[in-house]
Amino acid sequence: MRIAVLALQGAFIEHEQMLERLGVSSLEIRQKRDLESSYDGLIIPGGESTVQGKLVRELGMFEPLKEQIEQGMPVFGTCAGLLLLAKEIENDDRCHFATMDIVAVRNAYGRQLGSFYTEADFANIGKIPMTFIRAPYITKASGNAEVLAAVDEKIVAVKQGNQLVTAFHPELNDNISVHNYFLQMVEENNRRDNK
Amino acid sequence: MENNRFELNKNLAQMLKGGVIMDVTTPEQAKIAEAAGACAVMALERIPADIRAAGGVSRMSDPKMIKGIQNAVSIPVMAKCRIGHFAEAQILQAIEIDYIDESEVLSPADDKYHIDKTKFDVPFVCGAKDLGEALRRINEGASMIRTKGEPGTGDVVQAVRHMRLMQSEIRRIGSMAEDELFDTAKQLQVPYELVQYVHEHKKLPVVNFAAGGVATPADAALMMQLGAEGVFVGSGIFKSGNPEKRAAAIVKAVTNFNDAKLLAELSEDLGEAMVGINEQEIELLMAERGK
Repeated sequence: MRIAVLALQGAFIEHEQMLERLGVSSLEIRQKRDLESSYDGLIIPGGESTVQGKLVRELGMFEPLKEQIEQGMPVFGTCAGLLLLAKEIENDDRCHFATMDIVAVRNAYGRQLGSFYTEADFANIGKIPMTFIRAPYITKASGNAEVLAAVDEKIVAVKQGNQLVTAFHPELNDNISVHNYFLQMVEENNRRDNK
Repeated sequence: MENNRFELNKNLAQMLKGGVIMDVTTPEQAKIAEAAGACAVMALERIPADIRAAGGVSRMSDPKMIKGIQNAVSIPVMAKCRIGHFAEAQILQAIEIDYIDESEVLSPADDKYHIDKTKFDVPFVCGAKDLGEALRRINEGASMIRTKGEPGTGDVVQAVRHMRLMQSEIRRIGSMAEDELFDTAKQLQVPYELVQYVHEHKKLPVVNFAAGGVATPADAALMMQLGAEGVFVGSGIFKSGNPEKRAAAIVKAVTNFNDAKLLAELSEDLGEAMVGINEQEIELLMAERGK
């Protein structure tokens, strides 16, 4: 199994280190020719969604990546990655891949003074650490989007088919359960493809 | 783990990695910077080149001007306070700035003490010329480091010198025997734990950006290849002929700093770069402020 990490800007190295800990190899996607390599899943890291959204277009990767996601490539977006996948951002006209039926709010907790750490339930795993850095949250998940975690009644993790997003940063803490959860999605997808 | 501000503040710097932080003096410039792909902006009344030209005492910017920039963009907004001027820092925290740069670009307010940054909830970035300075600032609570370089010159030589020095000291400590670390801590005037961290991880405990004199996509790529995790561009953008194009080119150069073919394309037809002054021609070495 090999996971691609979108490495245009932000905390992509932290995801790569997480994957290494889990014994999974990774590759960095920095420009269009990197998309020709084969990989089983894609991680879109935290950073600035405006920067990543702009670079992904200008480096000619927007259409091919969107197509891959629409065709079922397992994708995991954290923070800015969540915003790149959301169909609608309440306080921003910019939309990016827009492949996921969620409505998000950017910088929903305010500026850096609003950044926080907490622990909350995730899927059926139980309490996990959650670090929110100038984070978004989700106000609406529709269609077959499934809410996996909420903090103070705000949705902070959602899965829809091949797509997983978290408003927090599992790559910044020691807990591997969210990455494991994603790798299971990738494994299931590989199994389906092989049938 | 409780709500640890230092951890959260280090984490914000991690999100800025691989990005370009641009100096801006007006909301319009801030919007241009955001549209060009800046991952954060530094709000200040005068860019370093103009501070240098104007002379006199240079202070924290007008909070009203900073707020105007905060309202204009959605990316993080940083602002500078003078070295040791904790009251300016308190004011910047009160307007909820995302990062404070305790900066040698402004006139120092204290020639002995830096701000005790552990007393603040907002994060601080500080300049450093070498590993000792970097670790001393981290010990005072800085959650991000940048090279000092020589701001407002368009001359990258000092940023290169500072980054190379830091990296070679990190490599030297990384290869030391454990029992040699105590003496190194003494020499660098920093706690043993910080030296031990560098020994073990072969990097600083916080994110390290390049700053001071970066003016072209090639400058940015050079600093990234020397080990910077991102770059600050001050006077280099809005003192140049075509700020939009140059800003966007530097952003892309930071992302693909190893691809010379792409860098060649990015370097084409950018209009005039800032004129710049050589380090031998300047009378005021800002990098010598605060040690």
